[in-house]
Amino acid sequence: MTSGVTREISRPPIGLEIVGDRIFRQLSLAGAAFTLVLVVWIIVSIARVAAPAVHTYGLSLLVGSKWDANRAEFGILPAIWGTLYSSILGLIIGTVFGLAIAIFLSEGFLAIGLDAVISAMGLSDNLFWSGMPVRVQDLLQIIIELLAAIPSVVYGLWGIFVIIPLVRPPADWLHSHLGWIPVFSTTLSGPGMLPAALVLAIMVLPTISAISRDALVAVPPKMREAAFGIGATRWEAILAIFVPTAATGIFGAIILGFGRALGETMALAMLAGNANVISWSVFSPANTLAALLANHFPEADQVEVGALMYAALVLLAITLLVNVVGTVILQRADSQLKGLR
Amino acid sequence: MAVSRSNSIVISVLAGLLLFTFASSYAPGFGDRTASAAITLQGTGATFPAPLYQRWFKEYNQMHPDVQINYQALGSGAGIKQFQQGLVDFGASDAAMTDAEIAAVKNGVVLLPMTAGSIVLTYNLPGVSELMLPRDAYVGIFLGKITKWNDPVIAKANPGATLPDTAITVVTRSDGSGTTFVFTSHLSAISPDWQKGPGAGKSVSFPVGVAGKGNPGVTALIKQTPGAIGYVEYGYAKQTAMPMAVLENKIGKFIKPDLASGQKALAGVELPANMRAWITDPVAADAYPIVTYTWLLCYKKYQDPKTAEALKAVIRYGLSKGQSFSAELGYIPLPADTVNQVTKALDQIS
Repeated sequence: MTSGVTREISRPPIGLEIVGDRIFRQLSLAGAAFTLVLVVWIIVSIARVAAPAVHTYGLSLLVGSKWDANRAEFGILPAIWGTLYSSILGLIIGTVFGLAIAIFLSEGFLAIGLDAVISAMGLSDNLFWSGMPVRVQDLLQIIIELLAAIPSVVYGLWGIFVIIPLVRPPADWLHSHLGWIPVFSTTLSGPGMLPAALVLAIMVLPTISAISRDALVAVPPKMREAAFGIGATRWEAILAIFVPTAATGIFGAIILGFGRALGETMALAMLAGNANVISWSVFSPANTLAALLANHFPEADQVEVGALMYAALVLLAITLLVNVVGTVILQRADSQLKGLR
Repeated sequence: MAVSRSNSIVISVLAGLLLFTFASSYAPGFGDRTASAAITLQGTGATFPAPLYQRWFKEYNQMHPDVQINYQALGSGAGIKQFQQGLVDFGASDAAMTDAEIAAVKNGVVLLPMTAGSIVLTYNLPGVSELMLPRDAYVGIFLGKITKWNDPVIAKANPGATLPDTAITVVTRSDGSGTTFVFTSHLSAISPDWQKGPGAGKSVSFPVGVAGKGNPGVTALIKQTPGAIGYVEYGYAKQTAMPMAVLENKIGKFIKPDLASGQKALAGVELPANMRAWITDPVAADAYPIVTYTWLLCYKKYQDPKTAEALKAVIRYGLSKGQSFSAELGYIPLPADTVNQVTKALDQIS
């Protein structure tokens, strides 16, 4: 290339490049097709094992509330309830904190404080020190994303030994003073919905904060300038303009977090209490679909395996539904905002 | 066969996706079986006797380096399943195989009780060092009828202790397990209400409480929950220094779980020819009430006579020298009569 001979910048592709291009295209196509086939294959093979149970139990499995392998009585309503309740609870807590972190890290709050310190120390001309706020922001973001790298079982252990003793005193107080509110109507015996939801919130936090921050950073500069130009205060600009503009991305983050929370297994099997109870109380033990599967698979006989596969199908359907609804809403929201970009 | 094989493929695919913790042990390695003179024995089964078995197999391997024994503690159910499918050389289970399960094995089955153990009730009650539980108390607790520690039924049996007014949190096993089977079999044997209600099985629908996975899960929950009570194996409770309740036995005596009371329970049991003895409620005067044998499952016929010989040698070792490790690990050594009987039963293997 750099042989010094003058060559035209554009030339028709040579044979090898055309072949390479074709092979690459075929490979990409095969890869994409394989992913689709894999999804279908998983669903079909689960459905095949589940078929006898679907046939025998039908809808009664969905509304039954007892899981008794001895008498071949299977019901997953408490597990469905527990899965949705714990995920939504965890998601609410996770979203509040995740969004707060995203705003803090993207809107330069850290820089305000740090800049003041740096200029007070007369270091603002120093290149190393003036770049400090950005580096600290990145560092914080990395630390939060590290939360996603902690194995689920470690979260479970941490929940048992740290979270449960920590929430017990406030939970007891809330139950004895505000026990008439359904949400606090039972005592916290140890594992239960609240510890499970708190740990779930921490687990979905990195997903929500990272993607929300990306969305906030991507708000067009002209909008930022325009917002301040018309005299909006910092908070007015953030809450009325930046966050709504980034709403699509933030919503996507929440959906992704929801997906993770629904399928989370180990930590919930350790923290939710594995009791088939349907209760509004956040202190009551509960069960989730994923925990049910993990607990009963190794020792299940053929009939129970069928019922477990049925439960797996239900979990799959819930997750799929959440993702589809999320995608549809995202597309709607996106098309409304198109004019701004 | 084709159907059940594709089923097991499906199961392993799903297991891989959902249960990576269990999945790693689902595929026993067959690769090293062809290694020249060395013999590798594959076994799968109960977690309860696993520490003892693993000790035996390790010690045996040190004496006979040409025999390598892999034991995977996946649970009694998995042990029976893989044994039936012919995936292993031997299985292990806390619940002896039923007639129907035995009939499904083409090469014939020999059940060999190898060791025994007690199931204890462990609890978390600050300030209560010794807890006596009469039969109606612990049945009532697990049925959810007794909900406070200062319930008169418990208080009457513990005149010296100051029982708190805390709620009882029942902790059970969330996963299917031989321990649950033995415990619920005992409850069914002593209480018609229990038999009609939750019944006996490797996993039953407990009317109350929370559940943890495995002995460690149950123990962790009990330690973290004041007022909790749950069942674990004696050896595990001993290792983790958990308090153990003193239980009332069949003749109304309160018996502490230990080696001697476990041995007394076994002494009163006569093994039938098929080696299946359920000790759901031992009758001996000083017997601890919740005791079980645990079995090795062997085929009557092995393809390779070398495998059969090696396996028999290992089992003989476990029945003789191996029994001396039992007490230290929290198991009950088999009575001499039983050892003789089991050794004789080995002749059926070829």
